[in-house]
Amino acid sequence: MKNTVEIRWHGRGGQGAKTAALLLADVAFKTGCCVQGFPEYGPERMGAPITAFNRISEEKIRVHSNIYDPDYVVVVDETLLHSVHVTDGLKEDGAIIVNTAKSAKEIRPLLRGYKGRVLTVDARHISEKMLGRNFPNTPMLAATAAATGIMSREKFLREMEASFAHKFAKKPEVIRGNMAALEMAYDKAEIDMMRTTGNSSGKKAGKSSKEMKRSA
Amino acid sequence: MRTDITKINERSPYTDLTEGLQLFAGGTSRLFGTGEWRTNTPVLDQDKCRQCLLCAPVCPDSCIPVKDGKRLCFDYEHCKGCGICVKACPFGAITMKEGIEA
Amino acid sequence: MSRENVMKSRAIPERMSGNEAVSFAIRQVNPDVMPAFPITPSTEIPQMVSTFIANGEIDTEFIPVESEHSAMSAAIGAEAAGARTMTATSSAGLALMWEELLLAASNRLPIVLTLVNRTLSGPININCDHSDGMGARDTGWIQIYAENNQEAYDNYIQAFPIAEDPRVHLPVMICQDGFITSHAVENIELLEDAPVKAFVGEYEPEEFLLNPGKPVSVGPYSVSAYAMEAKKAQEAAMERAGEVILEVGECFGKMSGRSYGFFEEYRTEDAEYLMIIMGSAAGTAKAAVDLLREEGHKVGVLKLRVFRPFPEKEIAEAISRSGCRAVAIMDRCESYNGCSGPLGSEIPAGLYRNKVMTQTVNYIYGLAGRDFTVDHVRDIFAELEEVAQGTMKAPNHKYIGLRE
Repeated sequence: MKNTVEIRWHGRGGQGAKTAALLLADVAFKTGCCVQGFPEYGPERMGAPITAFNRISEEKIRVHSNIYDPDYVVVVDETLLHSVHVTDGLKEDGAIIVNTAKSAKEIRPLLRGYKGRVLTVDARHISEKMLGRNFPNTPMLAATAAATGIMSREKFLREMEASFAHKFAKKPEVIRGNMAALEMAYDKAEIDMMRTTGNSSGKKAGKSSKEMKRSA
Repeated sequence: MRTDITKINERSPYTDLTEGLQLFAGGTSRLFGTGEWRTNTPVLDQDKCRQCLLCAPVCPDSCIPVKDGKRLCFDYEHCKGCGICVKACPFGAITMKEGIEA
Repeated sequence: MSRENVMKSRAIPERMSGNEAVSFAIRQVNPDVMPAFPITPSTEIPQMVSTFIANGEIDTEFIPVESEHSAMSAAIGAEAAGARTMTATSSAGLALMWEELLLAASNRLPIVLTLVNRTLSGPININCDHSDGMGARDTGWIQIYAENNQEAYDNYIQAFPIAEDPRVHLPVMICQDGFITSHAVENIELLEDAPVKAFVGEYEPEEFLLNPGKPVSVGPYSVSAYAMEAKKAQEAAMERAGEVILEVGECFGKMSGRSYGFFEEYRTEDAEYLMIIMGSAAGTAKAAVDLLREEGHKVGVLKLRVFRPFPEKEIAEAISRSGCRAVAIMDRCESYNGCSGPLGSEIPAGLYRNKVMTQTVNYIYGLAGRDFTVDHVRDIFAELEEVAQGTMKAPNHKYIGLRE
C-alpha cells in the first residue's frame, strides 16, 4: 500500500501496548487519516509478550493481515530485546523506538544487526516523574507520534488533551501530569530524530505521512 | 392471514401448509378423535359414584367433563381407555369393559 | 420497512471496532429482547448492549442465560411471543445452539444472530476461521458475511427487514471475522438514528403467541405426512430470501449510499484469474489485486457476501461473464476429506450445473487465526497462471501458509 505508515508494537501483557496502539489510531483518525489499530490475540497473561499493530494512511485501508515489514517498531519493555526478534522485517529507512534508560549506542548491539535509526525514550523515568507511577505507554505513544511524524506536535497534543479530558473526567488532576509526560517524550524523540537525520521532523525518504499530508 | 386449518389434510400440497406448521386456532385437538384407539372402555356406575371428582383431574385426555360440581359421562370421542380413572376412584365406581363400546 | 420512501442519512465518520459497530447498530435498532451468553470474541457485544440498557439508551430486555443452548431457546420463545429478538455468539457457543438453530428456522422465526466467527475446537483456540458458521450452513439460517466493521454494521441493519419480510420469515446470521474485524479499530461511516429506525421499522408480526383472542400453536409435532412438505416450504422461503436480500440491499443504498448484492466483483471485468473469498481476507485480496494490476496482471476478486441463500447461478454467471481462465476458491474452513471445503465443493457444483467449465483450485487458508497476507494472494495468483498454462497440475485442495 502506498502512503501508509505501518507500526508494530511489542510489549508485555498489562503494560498498555494494545491501548497505546488504539490511542494512536484514535488520534490519527481525529486528524483525518484512515486508520487501523489491532492487537494479535494469543494466550494473554500479565507479563507475556504481546504484539499490536497500526496502519495509518490517507487512503482506505483494505489489508487485514498482521504487519511483517513495519516502518516503525515500538518496544514498550526493553527486556523483550533479549527474547523477541523485534527488528524482524523492520525497514532500514524506518526507526525503532525503545523504552530504556540506556542510549541508542548501548541498545544497538541488541538489535540483531538493524542498521536504521534507533530512538530511546526513558518512559519509565518520565512516567514516574510526571505521573508518580510507571505507565510507560503514554510516553511511548508520544515518542511514536513524534518519530513517525503522522501529525504535528500541536495537533497531537490538542487531540490527546481532549481525549484525556474525556477519559479522566472524574479525576481531572491527572490530566496535567499526563500532558507533561507526553510533551517530554515527544520532544525527546523529536530531538533524537533531528540528531539522527538532520531533519526537523520524522520525515524519511520517499514515504513520510507528514510529507504526504502536506502535498494532499 | 389466518389459514383455516380444517382445510389442510394429508393430501394438501406443501404450498397450502401454514408457515412452520403453525396452528392458527385454539383447542384443535378436539377435532382429532382419539376414541377409536381404545381397546378397553371405562364405564361409570352412577350408584357407586359419590361425585368426589378425584377421577377428573387425573385423566390425561381431559375426557371426564365436570359441570356444576358434578362429573358427567365420559367423552368417548377422545377417551383412549388408559384406565387411570379406575385406579383413582376410591369407591370402585369405574370399571373397564373389554372392547370399544361402553 | 418502506421500500419507496427511504430516508437519506448523513454519514457520520467514526472509528471503532467491528464489535462496537454491531453494538452501535443494536442501539439504533433497539430490539425487544436479547438473550445472550458471553463467549470470546463476541463477548463485547452483550457487554456493550448491557451498558446501553443500564444507561437507559435502549429498553431491550436482556436475558442473562446459563448457556447458549438457553440463549437460543429463549430467543425462540421471545420471537414466537411477538418480540423482535437478537443474540450474539461465537464458535462453541454457536455449536451449543445447534439443536435450537434448526428449530428457529423451521418455526420460521425472524431472529437475528450476530456471529463473530471463531474456529471450533479443537485444538482449542480462540482465533478466527469460518468453521462455526460453516458448521451451521444447513440449519436453514440466512448467512451474510462481512469484510470489515462497515459491512458488519450495514449488514446488521439490513438483517431485520430481510428476516421479517413476509416472503421470508427466516432467521438471519450476520457474520464477521473474530478479532480480525471484531477487535480492530478502523474507520467507519455510521448512519443517523432516525433513518436507521425508519429503515428497520416497527416489528409487527401477523401471528404471535401473546395475542389475546387469536390463539396460535408454534412448533407442533409433525407426522411424516406433513414434515417433508414443511421442509420444502422452508426451502422455498430461503429461495425467496434471495430477491428480498437484493431489494433490501438496494434500498440500503438509497439511505446510505452503499448498496449491496450477493457478492462484490472487484476488478473482475477483464480478469484472467479470479479469487473467490469471504470475510476480512477479501480486503487483503483486493489490496493484492491492486498491486498485481499495477504490475500488469489481470486479476480480480469476487467477494462472496451472501452464503445462504447460495447464489449459485449468479456466481456461475459472474465467472462466465469475466471470461477468466482459472478461479481460486478460498475456504477458511476444513471439511476433513470432504470434496474440498464448503465453498470449494459448492461453487464447482454450481459451475457444473450451469455448464461453466472454468478450472478451479480450492485453497484452505487462515484456519484458527493463521494470518493471510498479500504475499499469499500473490502466490495463489502465480499458481493459477501456471495451472491455466498447463505448466502445473491443478491441486484439488491445497493449504496456504502451512509448514510442510
